[in-house]
Amino acid sequence: MKYQVRKKALILLEDGTIFYGKAVGDKEGTAFGEVCFNTGMTGYQEIFTDPSYYGQLMVATNAHIGNYGAHLDEVESDSIKIAGLIVKNFSYNYSRPDADFSLLEFLEQNNLFAISDVDTRALVSYIRDNGAMNAVISTRVDEIDVLKKELTQVPSMKGLELASKVSTKEPYVYGDEQAEIKIAALDIGIKKNILRNLAKRGACITVYPFNATAQEMNASDPDAYFISNGPGDPEPLTEAIETTKQLLKENKPLFGICLGHQVLALANGISTYKMHNGHRGINHPILNILTGKGEITSQNHGFAVNREETEAHPDLEITHTHLNDQTVAGIRMKYRNVFSVQYHPEASPGPHDADYLFDQFFEAIKASLN
Amino acid sequence: MPRRDDLKSILIIGSGPIIIGQACEFDYSGSQALRSLREDGIETILINSNPATIMTDPVMADHVYLKPLNTKSIVQILKNHPNIDAVLPTMGGQTALNLCIEADEKGIWKDFDVEIIGVDIEAINITEDREKFRELMLEIGVGMAPQATATSFLKGKEIAQEFGFPLVIRASFTLGGAGASIVYDPEKFDDLLSHGLEVSPIHEVMIDKALMGWKEYELELLRDKNDNVVIICAIENMDPMGIHTGDSITVAPAMTLSDRTYQRMRDMAIHMMRSIGDFAGGCNVQFAVSPDEKEEIIAIEINPRVSRSSALASKATGYPIAKIAAKLAIGYTLDELDNQITKSTSALFEPTLDYVIVKIPRWNFDKFEGSDRTLGLQMKSVGEVMGIGRSFQEALHKATQSLEIKRNGLGADGKGYKDYDTIIQKLTVPSWDRVFVIYDAIQLGIPLKRIHEITKIDMWFLKQYEELHHLEQEISKYTIESLSKALLLEAKQKGFADRQIAHMLDCYESEVHKKRTTLNINRVFKLVDTCAAEFKAMTPYYYSTFEEEIETPDGTRYVANDSIVTEKKKIVVLGSGPNRIGQGIEFDYCCVHGVLASAECGYETIMINCNPETVSTDFDTADKLYFEPVFWEHIYDIILHEKPEGVIVQLGGQTALKLAEKLSKYGVKIIGTSFESLDLAEDRGSFSTLLQENNIPYPKFGVAESADEALDLADELGFPLLVRPSYVLGGQGMKIVINKEDLESHVVSLLRKIPNNKLLLDHYLDGAIEAEADAICDGEDVYIIGIMEHIEPCGIHSGDSNATLPPFNLGEFVLQQIKDHTKKIALALNTVGLINIQFAVKDDTVFIIEANPRASRTVPFIAKAYGEPYVNYATKVMLGEKKVRDFKFNPQLEGFAIKQPVFSFNKFPNVNKNLGPEMKSTGESILFIDDLKDDEFYNLYSRRKMYLSK
Repeated sequence: MKYQVRKKALILLEDGTIFYGKAVGDKEGTAFGEVCFNTGMTGYQEIFTDPSYYGQLMVATNAHIGNYGAHLDEVESDSIKIAGLIVKNFSYNYSRPDADFSLLEFLEQNNLFAISDVDTRALVSYIRDNGAMNAVISTRVDEIDVLKKELTQVPSMKGLELASKVSTKEPYVYGDEQAEIKIAALDIGIKKNILRNLAKRGACITVYPFNATAQEMNASDPDAYFISNGPGDPEPLTEAIETTKQLLKENKPLFGICLGHQVLALANGISTYKMHNGHRGINHPILNILTGKGEITSQNHGFAVNREETEAHPDLEITHTHLNDQTVAGIRMKYRNVFSVQYHPEASPGPHDADYLFDQFFEAIKASLN
Repeated sequence: MPRRDDLKSILIIGSGPIIIGQACEFDYSGSQALRSLREDGIETILINSNPATIMTDPVMADHVYLKPLNTKSIVQILKNHPNIDAVLPTMGGQTALNLCIEADEKGIWKDFDVEIIGVDIEAINITEDREKFRELMLEIGVGMAPQATATSFLKGKEIAQEFGFPLVIRASFTLGGAGASIVYDPEKFDDLLSHGLEVSPIHEVMIDKALMGWKEYELELLRDKNDNVVIICAIENMDPMGIHTGDSITVAPAMTLSDRTYQRMRDMAIHMMRSIGDFAGGCNVQFAVSPDEKEEIIAIEINPRVSRSSALASKATGYPIAKIAAKLAIGYTLDELDNQITKSTSALFEPTLDYVIVKIPRWNFDKFEGSDRTLGLQMKSVGEVMGIGRSFQEALHKATQSLEIKRNGLGADGKGYKDYDTIIQKLTVPSWDRVFVIYDAIQLGIPLKRIHEITKIDMWFLKQYEELHHLEQEISKYTIESLSKALLLEAKQKGFADRQIAHMLDCYESEVHKKRTTLNINRVFKLVDTCAAEFKAMTPYYYSTFEEEIETPDGTRYVANDSIVTEKKKIVVLGSGPNRIGQGIEFDYCCVHGVLASAECGYETIMINCNPETVSTDFDTADKLYFEPVFWEHIYDIILHEKPEGVIVQLGGQTALKLAEKLSKYGVKIIGTSFESLDLAEDRGSFSTLLQENNIPYPKFGVAESADEALDLADELGFPLLVRPSYVLGGQGMKIVINKEDLESHVVSLLRKIPNNKLLLDHYLDGAIEAEADAICDGEDVYIIGIMEHIEPCGIHSGDSNATLPPFNLGEFVLQQIKDHTKKIALALNTVGLINIQFAVKDDTVFIIEANPRASRTVPFIAKAYGEPYVNYATKVMLGEKKVRDFKFNPQLEGFAIKQPVFSFNKFPNVNKNLGPEMKSTGESILFIDDLKDDEFYNLYSRRKMYLSK
């Protein structure tokens, strides 16, 4: 492949600021979404396919993206979930004997528009200082006014319900149906690696759509419940919150991750709020208050649980704190086998430090069965 | 949980003289550790015999012992300081660990009730004893290459028979891979096996089946007493297994690892660190990954201490590993410490990079004639450079531009190889220039697959090279007028220097600079902040790059720059670049003092340097650190951005000095001695006129530009002759010749290596005594800070001579001449700052060999021996803040201080160990003696003529 000229492209932010770059591949394109950044240095494919990123324009801060191509197995859902991609250097050439495609091929299969050669560091600093906002990436560099108009049509992430867009339409079963432990999982954007982690520990999981009722979820007489991660604002998820409230009455172990953690809080009457620009990366420090130990965790959330309300709540206890900004990273219900974390113990991408939370869930299930 | 309050006084062991495999990275780590402990109010006691370091400066520790690193010294220190509670042995490399173990075996720590912190002895033993280590790894399920231990020749032969070739032999308990070799050829096995057994202090070698071509990685870990572990950095070796990591080109972050494989490696590293022992501190783990679908991970080794790689990782990420490791050793936990860069987030986290760093080692094979220049398992480099860029390509280019080997980067300088066979041979047998040869190979059209087959370098890196080649081809189609802005920006973003672009376009460098400034393609500076801009960072640690534009809502276009210029008066200090023989850590010492003194005078200080091992590139040494090549283009752009009052060039050795002419030409003020004076001292003709005018004798000399001229000159001057090129370092290419044949062959060889050089021929004063003086001059007064007499006769490079301070047998008459000459020359050269003058004394006459109006190798030594901050004084004089007479000089020294050079010949077994006018030593140590009856002195004196070669 000889020297190639790339098309000019830009990212236009809601407030009118423009960052210039080039289009990835030889395509024209335009994509809208809320711009956010992820600081992970590995795991781009897992990030792009994570349903929690639905509707986001992803800025990858790592200097090179695509170096090791794409692998059929290293996905967190069946398709790319981000709305668009912004990178500094895009690797058209990759190197990994085990890869199935180049990243470019993977993006093309999923029809994802991406731009490169943007001063991503300046863009991240800008979002850091001015907060997450909607934006458009496009090759239509001469139609800025039109893009501005179109951008105003994009709804704000605050108050946006997105779980319905990524959830399964019908219930399905994952794992060994003969397994001794049965878990009912509410899919509001579940990552595959959560299912792998649950199944690996000897559970059969029935996965229910975002609007399933407690009654529907109890139909299979599960031993425990799981509320998944997912995209968007937790507050509009009235069905999931109501279902969780009902499930809590069953007095069975319940584990929530990320959006599921926020839903659990909301089900307990605790409010959530939109963060300035969220936590997205695989190097986030968490302190486990119960053990005094630290964990490096994978995170991806733009909303968080209100700390004061949680501290004042008679039935709740904060178990984990984010060490950088002291936000609530984990809660549990006192005297019950119900707990949740704001981060991603299933990693993928990211470190396995919080793996023990799945073990803890299974110990609780086993204890409740005896 | 705050720190342990039972630790009030701590002993730190330094790493001693610089040798290959253990260089100034330990000055950096030791200095950080000392600062870190003192921050916590702990009394610090330091032992290190290396006078050229910052760490041994009186300001660094409460008590500094410049003593030999042996248990005798330790006992003496412990007797002097019975209140020492603990020893921290992890900051001084393998030397410190070995000394700690020896003292432990002798029961010294126990006798004095001193606790070992930061590591446990058992952990060291496990990691150094390859057999134990292997057993442990297998026990915890970590893969290892097939391996066996031999403690005898016979056993070694048996193992070889079982494993087959290629094999790797590694000697136990050695440094920097000493005694290690890869054996392809069964015939060579016997010799290499015996060598390995010999160099191991316990006569043990490990024989591994060679994992040639596997990808190689290093992880830097920190652990606290609560068993929290974080990975500070993952480093990928571009050169795969088979080349010592110290001799490999390395890249961070890891470029070709998927998350899945990286996380497996991370888990293994943490598991390994936890299994070797229970200690709080730093740790380095090396892995090999199979370059196939399996991505199998195998552990190579683990070092429970800070290392060369952790210094690199600190500079690569901004996370100060040694500083935090010292805090962890005294009981802090990671979650209660701050991220030192952001100051607002936690130290319990893993840095993330939005740039790439490339480290390239610096070799000095030219100093070791006859040495085996092949890179392998034994480290041979003497220093390293790091380039930081927003892409691998930019970082690689910046690293190559930092090396100071007269290359401008990859390609586009007309210096590449063009011969197929040479290129293939150079790819096959890796040496110092392989990083350039890969580019040549691509230029010549050798398929990447073939290059990969030969080098086993991952295709991703080779493709990056290829992209550069394509870009060069594209640019070459244009002229300076027709080149588009987009293409020029792309070339700059990929790190091509203006000079290289000028070469492609066939125009001048200045035209390229002018064009890009006109087009607003300017260097911008980005921050190294540990967090990819996620948080606001407080630390002024910058690198340069080129970026696309941003447009504000009102239509203004700009390029984002993290480095905000302040209103303050600023001084730039140019660093000395990579360590090499003849220009080492002593210049870093000078630069750091230059920075500190300028700050005392109220200036904002700006440091420019590219050596990741040093204290000068620590982010809290200067007010602003630009981690950039000491290369004209980068420096000039920084100066245009910062607009300093002036630039200090006389502290950074030849590297900085070489830039004085151009700086001066571009109207940048040189602080202290002017370029004209520097040039006058260097130009032999004008300098001897100056000596003549001052009635100062010098050896007869002449200048020759061809062998013919040299031979004619020889008739006039008479043999023996000292022949040397001008404008070189550490006596490079310098030789004493005794007849016409020698002279002719040496001149021909020099002019081939350095074409168009003016060669200097001096009549060599046979049997003369050599001495040198360092002085500070403000243009009016001269203060001689010290006179040193060499123990070896004239003819051995001053850097390789043992020397005493003060002189041991120069009479009053001679000393007076030295003093008079020094003062006269300093004044005649209009010196403002430091000057070093070298003398040959014959028959009571003092001849001038050379004068260098700059900081010399001996200044730190004299400062340490006399306990006076001479570089600080000299800097204040340069800045015009003080006059020489403003200082109260009060040198304190009883007896003599002997400067002893240290060599790394053991890395080059076949090299002639004779000494001559070309410097070969890698480091030095200081020895204080009470009087001349001392045995050490007697030994040196009696052997003084043994190694002189002609």
